[in-house]
Amino acid sequence: MAEAHALAAHPPTSTGLDSRKVGFWVFLGSETLFFGSFISAYMAYKNESVVGPYTTEILDIPLTSVSTFVLLMSSLAMVLALASVQQASRKNSLLWLGVTILLGTTFLGFQAFEFTEFYHHGLTLQTNLFGSTFFILTGFHGAHVTIGVIWLFVLWLQALLGRLGPDKALNVEIAGLYWHFVDIVWIALFTLIYLIQ
Amino acid sequence: MATEHEHSSVKTYLLIGLILTVITAAEVAIFYIPAIADTGWLAPVLVTMSAGKFALVVMFYMHLKFDSRIFSVAFFAPMVLAMVVVVSIILLFKVLPAYLP
Repeated sequence: MAEAHALAAHPPTSTGLDSRKVGFWVFLGSETLFFGSFISAYMAYKNESVVGPYTTEILDIPLTSVSTFVLLMSSLAMVLALASVQQASRKNSLLWLGVTILLGTTFLGFQAFEFTEFYHHGLTLQTNLFGSTFFILTGFHGAHVTIGVIWLFVLWLQALLGRLGPDKALNVEIAGLYWHFVDIVWIALFTLIYLIQ
Repeated sequence: MATEHEHSSVKTYLLIGLILTVITAAEVAIFYIPAIADTGWLAPVLVTMSAGKFALVVMFYMHLKFDSRIFSVAFFAPMVLAMVVVVSIILLFKVLPAYLP
């Protein structure tokens, strides 16, 4: 059904695929290179700091495990939001988009708390190699989450105004692709930064 | 010809969510078992579990398992390049210096 709506709203292409979706996947591919470069820098300088605080002293695994769970559940809420839009259920669309926004904002709250705690422990962008690479890597991830939350809030407002029907399902699907990408980046970061020290 | 297929059901989404939760809990539990860290298997086990979670999200939540292969190529080709860069940097900075005189 969503496919029919998407095809109706978009002129035929040589691949039979919607150009917006193809373009967005290409963008996500470029994002893997973006984060790959920062992960490379983090791994190159891992445990090379000559002054503290060091990773083993400062990383809070229980706290970050909870924030990781929150972000994973936001991905679940996102696919349920897409399913609701495709099924023309305005009530469920509002509910699951709202839950995704709430969980994304909660994740950002955890990150703000973590950054503040690190600052109080003397770790800043200039303190050591760990501080520089950690804040750049996780900071850019947090910026992506922030953009995702704003994007989802715009979709939520459209749903509230009754302007997010099945004919707009592709818009929600593309926002969902972005949100899930942010989630898979964190899956990698949680393992590489927090669990493998 | 490439097509965009029907996506998973809500039941599948919930099952994937449950599996992701279980794997994450297992990762954190493994982190706290010193015996595993002592064997040197901690990093390979955690990376494998992380890759499993990554694959589940990409295949089912991002629908690559059901969508056109063009999307898979657009995403995985640069991702493989990014992984080659990361592994090369790790080898250059962390492994090779140990073999230099």
